[in-house]
Amino acid sequence: MYNFEMTRPSTIADAAKALKEEDAQALGGGQTLIPTLKQRLAIPSTLVSLTGIGEMNGVCMSDANEVCVGGATSHAVVAREASAYPGLAGLASHIGDPAVRNRGTVGGSLANNDPSACYPAAALASGASIITNTREIAADDYFQGMFTTALEDGEIITEVRFPVPEKSHYEKFVQPASRFALVGVMVAKYADGVRVAVTGASEEGVFRWTEAEAALSANFSADALPDLSISGDDMISDLHGSGEYRAHLVKVMTGRAVASAA
Amino acid sequence: MPKDNTTTEGGIGAATVRREDIRFLTGEGNYTDDIRLQGECHAIFVRSDVANGVIKSIDTSTAEGMPGVLAVFTGEDFVEVGGNPAGWLINSRDGEPMKEPKRPVLAHGKVRHVGDAYAAVVAETREQALDAAGAIEADIEELPAVINMASAVAGGGLVHDEIDTNVCFDWGWIEDNRAATDAAIKAAPHVTTLELVNNRLVPNAMETRASMGDYNAGTGEYTLYTTSQNPHMSRLLICAFVLGIPENKLRVIAPDVGGGFGSKIYHYGEEALVLAASKKLKRPVRWTSTRSEAFLSDAHGRDHVTKIELACEKDGTFIAFRTETMANVGAYLSNFSTATPTFLHGTLMAGNYTVPNVYVNVKAVFTNTVPVDAYRGAGRPEATYSIERVIDMAARELGMDPIELRRKNFVKPDQYPFASAAGLEYDSGNYDLQMDKLEAMIDRPGFAARRAESEKNGKLRGLGLNAYIEACGIAPSNLVGVLGARVGLYDAATVRVNATGSLAVMVGAHSHGQGHETAFPQVVAEMLGIDPQSIDIVHGDTAKIPFGMGTYGSRSLAVCGSAVVRATEKIIAKAKKIAAHMLEAAEADIEFEAGNFSVAGTDKSVSFGEVAFKAYIPHNFPIEDIEPGLEETAFYDPANFTYPSGAYACEVELDPETGKVTIERFAAADDFGNIINPMIVTGQVHGGIGQGIGQALIEQTAYDDDGQLLSASYMDYAMPRAEDVPFYQVNHDDGTPCAHNPLGVKGCGEAGAIGSPASVVNAVIDAMQSGGKNVTHMDMPLTPSRVWEAMNAKGV
Repeated sequence: MYNFEMTRPSTIADAAKALKEEDAQALGGGQTLIPTLKQRLAIPSTLVSLTGIGEMNGVCMSDANEVCVGGATSHAVVAREASAYPGLAGLASHIGDPAVRNRGTVGGSLANNDPSACYPAAALASGASIITNTREIAADDYFQGMFTTALEDGEIITEVRFPVPEKSHYEKFVQPASRFALVGVMVAKYADGVRVAVTGASEEGVFRWTEAEAALSANFSADALPDLSISGDDMISDLHGSGEYRAHLVKVMTGRAVASAA
Repeated sequence: MPKDNTTTEGGIGAATVRREDIRFLTGEGNYTDDIRLQGECHAIFVRSDVANGVIKSIDTSTAEGMPGVLAVFTGEDFVEVGGNPAGWLINSRDGEPMKEPKRPVLAHGKVRHVGDAYAAVVAETREQALDAAGAIEADIEELPAVINMASAVAGGGLVHDEIDTNVCFDWGWIEDNRAATDAAIKAAPHVTTLELVNNRLVPNAMETRASMGDYNAGTGEYTLYTTSQNPHMSRLLICAFVLGIPENKLRVIAPDVGGGFGSKIYHYGEEALVLAASKKLKRPVRWTSTRSEAFLSDAHGRDHVTKIELACEKDGTFIAFRTETMANVGAYLSNFSTATPTFLHGTLMAGNYTVPNVYVNVKAVFTNTVPVDAYRGAGRPEATYSIERVIDMAARELGMDPIELRRKNFVKPDQYPFASAAGLEYDSGNYDLQMDKLEAMIDRPGFAARRAESEKNGKLRGLGLNAYIEACGIAPSNLVGVLGARVGLYDAATVRVNATGSLAVMVGAHSHGQGHETAFPQVVAEMLGIDPQSIDIVHGDTAKIPFGMGTYGSRSLAVCGSAVVRATEKIIAKAKKIAAHMLEAAEADIEFEAGNFSVAGTDKSVSFGEVAFKAYIPHNFPIEDIEPGLEETAFYDPANFTYPSGAYACEVELDPETGKVTIERFAAADDFGNIINPMIVTGQVHGGIGQGIGQALIEQTAYDDDGQLLSASYMDYAMPRAEDVPFYQVNHDDGTPCAHNPLGVKGCGEAGAIGSPASVVNAVIDAMQSGGKNVTHMDMPLTPSRVWEAMNAKGV
């Protein structure tokens, strides 16, 4: 680890100001950033911790039936308090291990956009709104490829609003070593249609499986899936599975998510 | 000394809670990295990021001028010192001795694997050393990496230019049996052939390696604090082979050590570097490995590619085993690397069976990978896996029950001592009894119903089992000397009775998870009839302990424990003399029982404590006949290996949609001879099976063609976790005592890792076959994607 300054502002405005410093870096729960620093793979001048900002912490309901999660809210709190959206709470309750869940934050996960992280699937399948200190970004516009998002430098995710679906479930098949998602599929059924988001599988990061969405919107049942095909060509191929295997798992996990949706 | 004779509370056979765990679990352990010395400074190693390359130049000038930097070392600084040697000389079939290229402290001329250290920086702080390490400019011309063993044998690039081959040796065992074995296989009515891989493993002890050198300019003495399983052997290697320090000027301390599994047997260059640096700087120099360094520099395990043939009669009677193995030794010969694939592997290739013909061929192959050496089980897991997989395959081909086929060929209890066709003399055992115990645990009749239940849920279910035998209690020095060992493998103990009757027992064995501090006192307490809590074990410091050879090969109790027994017998013999004097009786009339010396046929007695007190306060003492004091040392060299054996079974469920295997049941029936502490034994079996399940299902050490380790962190190298293993059923009752050591013990540390992989794989194959998949074999690890690919014929 290289030396750095550390600041822990208590307001979003102060955090935004601190992030204007050259090479300043926002720190959520640190579940990716701290190991990166320990490996000397990053040299921030200042870490701006966001976890002391009261207005970025906690879970509440909006009038539009959205679960609203503060950007600095830990996975454990979401797992405990997002009971209005069981699919989301269930997803949060299976991220990493208890230590990860008590440190890691929803804003940190979405800002990092690891291609194997769970939260991007929840945000995309829910058609969530990503609220930042400057604007509101639709999930469909937010994810722009592996580790790439619509966020500008210094922009802070202050809140994420998840519209509550009628039924949903996240089914994850874990990579044996990291326990990240080798393939994770979030299925969410809304009045106006079904959304299916896939994480872990693609070189491009989280994506919507639109063929499955169409099929499931017509018939929300695992029986709607067998005839669909999905190509493994652009999927991640590594020690833990070929692109073809991941494509196969996308289908299997989607079917299981539908079968378990509640 | 069977447990039925227990007369002492907490003595032999008691399931005493491990006393050392209190300090481990409360953070009071004292590990190498916990030790702080005045004026210490920090070493950082610069490691190669290419697998094979010529070092054209190393520019250290910038680094030397950086803040806090005290010294920079390169291979050039160690040209005059010796190499780190291999402990066993193996001769090839043609009589040629093995090739032994020098293994230097720091790479010189060439780097030979990713992680090969070619420079080191010592600075005031670790961060300063890291900064300076990053400023060292090395011009290394990358060469094509030699990774695949078959290609390495065929020729092409060389790992060591000076030996003109990548084959370290081409060993035949037993060469005189070769022709007969070949003929028997040629004439056999049935031959089952299997080609398999025993996958490379990264040891991953919880505590990474750490070393601190401390040179005292005033006395000329060095102290090395290090993570070692055998401080005396490390001292011998450093003194006699590498740095040339007189042994009396080097003290090696291995304090609490957080696991080794073999990887901390060996001397590593980092130990020599911190000693040399400390002398140069006249300050203590420490180095603690990061986990990333551990992946790239701790000796790896296994990595065999084997073709095995089993020839048998139509009725299943075994006629011959024949194997051809390529064993990866990596870029350099680690200390035990030449023994592991040969005398800890080939000699076990008759298994538990009366098979009359065995021939083993092993080629040890240099590659541009991390050196490979003994890892929990060391050669015996590879032998067991090969034998027990091919037997399972033969049972399928012959349409025989896998238990019946094994029983048909087991050595029977009345055949001991049994001369195996692979050259060992098994002293004791009862393999049918182990199989009986196993069958009693696994509810085989109920398996069909459990399978039906799994199938109802869309899953497949398989049952796999195997027998195993291992050679432990390493080792009889005479025998291993003939076989090429360059050391003796006795052990030693000193029993010191203090004046007030408490004891310190100094042992050559080293405890780094084995529970010696609890188990060894149980033995002494039993013999002396005293409270085990009054006995402490001292280990891990060459200045305190006699010259013993340390802990590996499930040897501590069988070899060092026997030395403890011998030393304690000497204590009793001397104490009897003192008691005879105190009781004014003839020594021959003194009886010793339950901690009291008494005169036969009288009520006159003195306690052990009173005798101890007299020994140290020798007033009215026959000083002309008996020396004062009560302290004895014994060395013990075993007459033979010990032969733990057993039968294991695994039941798996397989999700055919994902390829995911879950272990539903696992049963282990073991014969460890007599048991000192059944709770510790159970724990050792649990841990060993966990490692075996890890090897079988998830642990994957993968190099790419350029020699980059793809699984170089826990993001890609999967270690077994609690949810990966079931609640085990274990039974180590009714062991057959070892026939040649005083405790009748055989050793239990490695059995779980030796016996378990074959049963896991046999179970998965059984599950796949039950699902209509004609998969007769697949190589470990059976990760979900690999299982799915095998089931869907994707060519795994």
